Amino acid sequence: MTAFLQIRNLSARLRNTGHRLLRSVDIDLPAGVVRGLVGESGAGKSMIGKAVLGVLPASVEIVEGEIFLDGHDLLRMKPAERRRLIGASTALIPQDPLTALNPSRRIGPQITDRLVDILGWTKERARARALELLGEVRIPEPERVVRLYPHELSGGMRQRVLIASAFAAEPKLIVADEPTTALDVTVQKQILRLISELQARHGTALLFVTHDLGVVSKICDSLSVLYAGKVVEDTTVDAFFAAPRHPYSAALLAATPRHNDPASSLRPVPRDVLDAVAAEIAAADAAWSRHG
Amino acid sequence: MQLARTIFGRLATTLITLIGVAVIVFFIVRIVPGDPIAMMLPPGATDADIDRLRALYGLDKSIPQQFAIWFGNVLHGDFGTSISTRQPVLSLVLNRLPATLELSLVALLIAVALGGSLAVLGTRFRGRKAEAGVDLANGIGLSVPDFLWGLVLILLFGVLWPLFHISGRVSPRLDIPFSTQFYLLESIVTLRFDILADLVDHMFMPALALALPLAAIISQLLKQSLKETVNLDYAVLARTKGYSETRVILSEALPNAVLPTLTLIGVQFTFLMGGTVIIERLFSYEGLGNMAIDAVINRDLPLIQGIVILFALMFTFVNLAVDMTYALLNPRLRNA
Repeated sequence: MTAFLQIRNLSARLRNTGHRLLRSVDIDLPAGVVRGLVGESGAGKSMIGKAVLGVLPASVEIVEGEIFLDGHDLLRMKPAERRRLIGASTALIPQDPLTALNPSRRIGPQITDRLVDILGWTKERARARALELLGEVRIPEPERVVRLYPHELSGGMRQRVLIASAFAAEPKLIVADEPTTALDVTVQKQILRLISELQARHGTALLFVTHDLGVVSKICDSLSVLYAGKVVEDTTVDAFFAAPRHPYSAALLAATPRHNDPASSLRPVPRDVLDAVAAEIAAADAAWSRHG
Repeated sequence: MQLARTIFGRLATTLITLIGVAVIVFFIVRIVPGDPIAMMLPPGATDADIDRLRALYGLDKSIPQQFAIWFGNVLHGDFGTSISTRQPVLSLVLNRLPATLELSLVALLIAVALGGSLAVLGTRFRGRKAEAGVDLANGIGLSVPDFLWGLVLILLFGVLWPLFHISGRVSPRLDIPFSTQFYLLESIVTLRFDILADLVDHMFMPALALALPLAAIISQLLKQSLKETVNLDYAVLARTKGYSETRVILSEALPNAVLPTLTLIGVQFTFLMGGTVIIERLFSYEGLGNMAIDAVINRDLPLIQGIVILFALMFTFVNLAVDMTYALLNPRLRNA
């Protein structure tokens, strides 16, 4: 069976400086599976999600590679068809719930707008769906909330609304871009549990972008570790936490703070490991430019 | 409740502003050189004639005394009698007001439509040639003042390629059956499209001349605001939902980007109304501005005062209207 999302040999760079952001990335994501994209800031994990959803910034260009969504070659489709396919079969749970809702529109339509505008539902049916979804993400008084504006809700509530919106069209794939980073620690847990629960119930494939290995261990099945836009390790969660193969992965895992062992916390990734990965990437780049 | 209090507060400050304007105008028109009485009398009038006329118009009293009398009358709704036409100032002014209001509002409409479309176009094709074209148009619009646009338009569409009337508000041959001076409004309401066409024919060029600089300002500011908004998270999220770029600009970005532009439109609209003075003169349009110039030429003190106070009143109401629209469009203010 081919995976719902297949990323093949994807490379991207900054248009003006030529700085490489993604280096020959390969990712497979079958239906119903949760894959973590892990790495430091700037490792390119969010960039992969944006490439899949077709919202790369104008300053970034894809140099080579393919993205297949349900067998369709995204990068070679007509823009209008691609938009429709992405809108109908994928969704995004954004990082910052405070900025991801339009401040001048009511909550209800923001949950179900794509059902009406892209998938042709009637307004009444969409409204019923919005109420149902708000119940599913456990927001009390859905009838009242659909009429509110974003500023009338707390950050955690807004993230629930965004999760409801992501599941509205029963997408096959959801990209969650650090969905708990901007939230209060106490709220983080609830949101994480909610995403995990809805993912399992709807059988959605989930691409979970995060820098938090603790989160990965809780909700992911497999993970890709990124460094400087390159996948340095692609493995299952069980295998990774038992014994990471790549030295960088091992260092990253060791650097994760543990609440039951405060003495070992905040151990940075050692210099020699970083140097080794950098050398590995430089070698790959050299090979790439010889072949290109 | 909050809104009512805001409006009440604004009305109170409006009143204070108007009194201030009244004081300043009253004293300035009496201090600057020029004597209304000298303008009225034929050459060879005796000093006795001059004194008699001066007393008749109350101009023999001290300026503060004159002000007290005039202001007392104003409070009773009596703005005095025009020296040059011998008609009550209030009815003269109110008779001309609709023409100027219609001209200004049509100009505003053109400016918003033109500036708004250019801003959306420039945002939709940002970083491409079309945006450079919009920037160029904005630059030209901003660097040419309204009266120069008026002259350019007269040359182009009045002389070289005579498409439009260059003078007046309506053709004299037309029989106007309207009960108010709001010709444009009444011709629409009563479905007299022949008159409407004639009015638009006369109004188009002066309105466009007034509108072009404002359109350029709106276009420039709104485009800048839109370009920031289309990169915000909710606009990106809308793109992932399958919306086209044009749709994202119009339904996600525009309602939010319009807010900062709105304040500016309010300020600029008052400048536009000030511009009607020269533009109405240029196109012999029978409005308040044209009347203001005549009043100044004739040193018609009561009329000048009446016109200036009316302009001040309109300015404050425009600002009030902008604030209310702002509150209406911004849900964070509406429910606060």
